[in-house]
Amino acid sequence: MTSLYAFVAGPLAWAAFLFFFGGLCYRLLSMLRQVRQSEPFIFSYMSLRYSLRSILHWLIPFFAMGWRRNPILTGVTFIFHISLIAAPVFIVSHVVLWDEAWNLSWWTLPDAVVDVMTLVVVAACLFFALRRVLRPEVRFVSDASDYLLLVLTAAPFVTGFLAYHQWPAGPWMTIAHMVSGELLLALIPFTRLRHMLSGWLTRAYIGSEFGAVRHARDW
Amino acid sequence: MNERHKEPSEIMDDGVEAALSRLTPEKIQAVINSVLKGETGARFKAYMDTCIHCGLCSEACQFFLSRDRDPHYSPVGKVKQTVWPMVKNKGRVDTDFIRRAVRIAHTECNLCKRCVAFCPFGIDIAYLMTVVRRIIHKLGATPLYLQDTAHSHASTMNQMWVKEDEWIDTLQWQEDEARAEIPSLRIPLDKEGAEIMYSVIAPEPKFQAQLIYQAAAIMHVAGVDWTMPSDIGWDNSDMAMFTGDYEIMGRIKRTHFEAATRLRVKKIVMGECGHAFRSVYDTGNRWLGWAQPPVPIVHAIAFYYDLLKTGKLRIARKYSHPVTLHDPCNVVRGGGLHEKARYVVHQLCDNLIEMHPNREHNYCCGAGGGVINCGPPYKNARVAGNRVKAEQLFDAKSRGAHTLIAPCHNCHSGLHDIVHHHGIDLEIKFFSDIIYECMEKPDGSE
Repeated sequence: MTSLYAFVAGPLAWAAFLFFFGGLCYRLLSMLRQVRQSEPFIFSYMSLRYSLRSILHWLIPFFAMGWRRNPILTGVTFIFHISLIAAPVFIVSHVVLWDEAWNLSWWTLPDAVVDVMTLVVVAACLFFALRRVLRPEVRFVSDASDYLLLVLTAAPFVTGFLAYHQWPAGPWMTIAHMVSGELLLALIPFTRLRHMLSGWLTRAYIGSEFGAVRHARDW
Repeated sequence: MNERHKEPSEIMDDGVEAALSRLTPEKIQAVINSVLKGETGARFKAYMDTCIHCGLCSEACQFFLSRDRDPHYSPVGKVKQTVWPMVKNKGRVDTDFIRRAVRIAHTECNLCKRCVAFCPFGIDIAYLMTVVRRIIHKLGATPLYLQDTAHSHASTMNQMWVKEDEWIDTLQWQEDEARAEIPSLRIPLDKEGAEIMYSVIAPEPKFQAQLIYQAAAIMHVAGVDWTMPSDIGWDNSDMAMFTGDYEIMGRIKRTHFEAATRLRVKKIVMGECGHAFRSVYDTGNRWLGWAQPPVPIVHAIAFYYDLLKTGKLRIARKYSHPVTLHDPCNVVRGGGLHEKARYVVHQLCDNLIEMHPNREHNYCCGAGGGVINCGPPYKNARVAGNRVKAEQLFDAKSRGAHTLIAPCHNCHSGLHDIVHHHGIDLEIKFFSDIIYECMEKPDGSE
């Protein structure tokens, strides 16, 4: 058991972070290379000002027309993404690991808050899955991969919640939590979860086009 | 069979059918892969990899809203039925698939880009539909009527098979007509060094020659130093852009810019057309390698705005009827001219009754993107596909609107079909109709 834990917390964690950061860097560089090769005009239309203008307007909940037309989904989406990132970054038990390994530590959230955030992420994944089933226009464009991505995303949070509350007691749930978290990190650059990187870039490009060329709002 | 009762999937297009009968699976696959591999790049890949299939774009599409929220008509639903299988199957799709793709990409998407502003990632689904159209073009399966306009562009450098003598003759005819009203008016042809080249779309000399008369009257009254080319390059329209025939698009845009260069004008002013603005300002110039048009291009809305703002054009009496204003996608989401359009309206009319949503969030007329140019086979499906616009128009009418201003040719025609089909009693006008009617005419003419 100890050696399994050591493997999951050691080489597997290294591999997960390598895939995550390395994969995202690879995606970014290959995208930039491809733009240079086949669509260099994109660079000439990119505008920092209008990229940020577009991104900022879309970061405000219920501001864009697209958000306002779907208020429930918008609310869930924002709370989900905030919790998805804040919970694992600011939970005490993760920060302790960073501190022990690298002598790095930062501000943490109370465990009770992270507990709620964890449940929010899981509930949001359930909401997204239900929406996929119930809304005809979403069901029409959903396939198995969409549901698998939700499972992949929810898994570390479900197992993390159970491990924290020791249901069942013992190390297995913690190991399952670590493995599922590492799997999620490693797969982000290689699935459509990479929208965490590419979404900013596509938004920036269209924001530049709408701002500098079309002189129109894109939100 | 009455066209009115045909489902879109039952519409037969002779041009498409003839093309499909010549296609083999190998040819289809080769063409799809040549376009996907050879002509798309990071943008296409990013859009494919970033879309999380959330369906938020659905709310944007007038076809989806008008077709009782049928998922087949949502923007991402159209991508699912066209692009995704092409990519997933590496181009191995059959002729039935291509027939469906033609219908979707050419007649159920106006390339209006409204969905772009509804997608959190700004995924440009209109661009993805143009990729499908490019594939269809290379398969030779473009809808018959639309292809005819592209042939006309290729053969005559104008959209409507207008011959050179017919063009010059039409201008002289309109000049003669106008001189009966304003004796000193001229339509100056090939005046080198003029400040402005005025260009129009070919349907104007073909069957709306009075628009050239009105433009000449406005130019004359405002004291504009202008000219029109007698030779090719006078037509700014571009249906090749919508068929995916970018080689022809490049030729006709180059011809248009070269006409302006030959005449050494400072800028091009164009009539009230949306798609032509898209071609000259956005698409065609880029194909030729210009980030911005090599000769500044001014849409009629911005031109009228300048003339009214600077006092070169004065309004003698305001238009008496309440008006509503349609925002054409290509000059609003494509050029940001919505506030200038409102300034012009307020100069001309006391009572503007807004449709909602408006400005960048307007609903397309349903005719744009070459959809109306696919011709009679698709007309009823097109009108049925824009019920939300009819509802907007009804609403404006019920709040007192008498006249619908549509500063775009395609919008004009598409809205006419909607108004006519639903019996909405709205008179449709261009800005130039109202300006001509209401402006001061200092020559002592009536």
